[in-house]
Amino acid sequence: MGVEGETVSKLVPEFEKQNPGIKVKVLQIAWIAAHEKLITAFASETLPDVFQLGNTWVPEFQSLSAIEPLNPYIKKSSVVHESNYFPGIWETNVLDSTVYGIPWYVDTRVLFYRKDILEKVGYKNPPRTWAELYDVSKKIKQKLNRYSFFIPTNEWLPFILFGIQNGSDLLKDNNSYANFSGKEFSDAIKFLAKFYHEGLAPIDMQQVMNVYQAFGEGFFSLYITGPWNVTEFQKRLPADVQNEWMTAPLPSPNNDYPGYSLAGGSSLVLNNKSEHKAAAWKFIEFLSTAKTQLQFYKLVSSLPAVKEVWNDSAFVFNPYMKAFYEQLNKTKPTPKIPEWEQIVFSKVQQNFAEKIARTSEPIDNVLKQLDGDVNSVLEKRRWLLEHNRK
Amino acid sequence: MQTKTKFSALVLFLGPSLAVIFVFFFLPVIIAFMLSFTDFDIYSLGNYGYLRFVGFKNYSTLLSEPLFWTALKNTFYFVLVGGPLSVATSLGAAILLNSKFIKYKGIFRLVYFLPVVTTLVAVSIVWRYFYHPRFGLLNYILSLVGIGKIDWLGDPTFSMPAIILLAVWKNFGYNMIIFVAGLQNIPTELYEAASIEGASAWKQFVHITIPQLAPTTLFISLITMIGYFQLFAEPYVMTQGGPLNSTLSIVLYMYQEGFRWWNIGYSTAIAFMLFFIIMIGTIIQFKLQKEGED
Repeated sequence: MGVEGETVSKLVPEFEKQNPGIKVKVLQIAWIAAHEKLITAFASETLPDVFQLGNTWVPEFQSLSAIEPLNPYIKKSSVVHESNYFPGIWETNVLDSTVYGIPWYVDTRVLFYRKDILEKVGYKNPPRTWAELYDVSKKIKQKLNRYSFFIPTNEWLPFILFGIQNGSDLLKDNNSYANFSGKEFSDAIKFLAKFYHEGLAPIDMQQVMNVYQAFGEGFFSLYITGPWNVTEFQKRLPADVQNEWMTAPLPSPNNDYPGYSLAGGSSLVLNNKSEHKAAAWKFIEFLSTAKTQLQFYKLVSSLPAVKEVWNDSAFVFNPYMKAFYEQLNKTKPTPKIPEWEQIVFSKVQQNFAEKIARTSEPIDNVLKQLDGDVNSVLEKRRWLLEHNRK
Repeated sequence: MQTKTKFSALVLFLGPSLAVIFVFFFLPVIIAFMLSFTDFDIYSLGNYGYLRFVGFKNYSTLLSEPLFWTALKNTFYFVLVGGPLSVATSLGAAILLNSKFIKYKGIFRLVYFLPVVTTLVAVSIVWRYFYHPRFGLLNYILSLVGIGKIDWLGDPTFSMPAIILLAVWKNFGYNMIIFVAGLQNIPTELYEAASIEGASAWKQFVHITIPQLAPTTLFISLITMIGYFQLFAEPYVMTQGGPLNSTLSIVLYMYQEGFRWWNIGYSTAIAFMLFFIIMIGTIIQFKLQKEGED
């Protein structure tokens, strides 16, 4: 999918040389249409032998019985071992202790911050706890009269992330009911809401049309975002702030630094109707060797899933990457159910995030509403659980 | 005996096309209608045993869903503002093209018709530049008359007008051609008689052109309304329904529910709801036109 799809074709000749007799045909699709195309391919039984899945899509394709359980393959493999991978990321591919996908590349969010602005208010290091995060924001507001922390209201991510950090499981009863009004989640949201209500985070997204410009100007100085922005920041920030920004692992609600982040990334899965499973698995193994992973990183700069690769000089001498490595050791997956994407995009993002930032409605009420909306999405799941028990 | 041959001739001539229409149109519509009473979703796709009959639940959920009402409101906004604007623009262009004083009519007709045959995706890329808040041509032109920068596609107040402008520009050429044909069918004697009587150009327009064009106008406004109710491609490529759902149309909502979240049962219910709305709209327009004629 996307750039990865383009680049993987460059790795194929090497694989075909090592495995004469196996020919690989790469099918590229754009990310934006990927999910739709894959489901349609499933319905018409034209899924490829091996394909890439965003790791939050694994549960959905498992519920369709479209993908092969990989435990027997891993047992026999000399390349793929659970211990080679970051535990939180590996976990996203496991459903009821069966492995369905092999991490291909990983993705997580860390804190991007402006060193110079933080130093001006007396912070030599980035905030390590929620309390420090709040304190540094307050100080930036008081001393410099600026926003500090950018929490986009048109994204579900910050809200779910802070909930997870605070120990919320987001859903309850075998993921069949929403638990957003639970204490952990509501405390996290109340903490985030303070930033909006006390003028520490911009509410109107129009003001931040261009994050690079805004971060460069110091319109805000703390921003939680992903690895692709390392290269973007290097390309787009003005030259005079290039030495003034850095990445850091996320602050934690308690003293257990760093706090959790989300386990993102893409996995490779095997079509369970494939007629070439053995050959397909070989290709997955090929893409999972440290050598190929490093080559792949150099081609697209997607973060490698195999830990060993992180010892390479490409990472050791990149100061921005250190935070990602530390963070990747502390990630948690979001609930592993097919409905999750729908819940975060159509419920949390479209309806909920803005409400928290803008309205004066009590947060507990908003969260109860969210619970109700999400419970109606989960109705089918509850019925299925009930149905299968009988 | 004779009726029999007639019948076999009927089958021979109509049969193939009816069969094709049945298989590719009526059958899917009937199936979709039945699906709208079920909860067909991603689980049912994997296992048909997980399909449940839910009666009118999809329809009742739909009516209580705020997002549906937002989509409905946006769609009406688009139809009620964009529709008349589009018809008026095509009529204006057609009259200009039909005028005796215009030279090189062929070139103008071609230029006005070009947007209709250009792919929307290609056009939308150009229009995104055109609408760009800082470097866009539109804001530059507006700044010449002292209007400040407008974030056309990023501001919920301006996103729908921006979509309307694009849609009108893209579609008016087609209706214009039909109007030109209609105008050419008006007997010139009527205008000659009117100018001998001393009627002004405006009077001629109101009392000759408009009544003579009535059937064409009815056809065009119906087709435009039906087409505009199905607004999809423009917001899909330009805004994805945003910002703040301000350009979410019914069809886009249906698409998201159906193909993004795979709630097929629910999204077919949206489709039939839209069908009823368009049907009611068509009936109203027919009635209005009839009253106008009486």
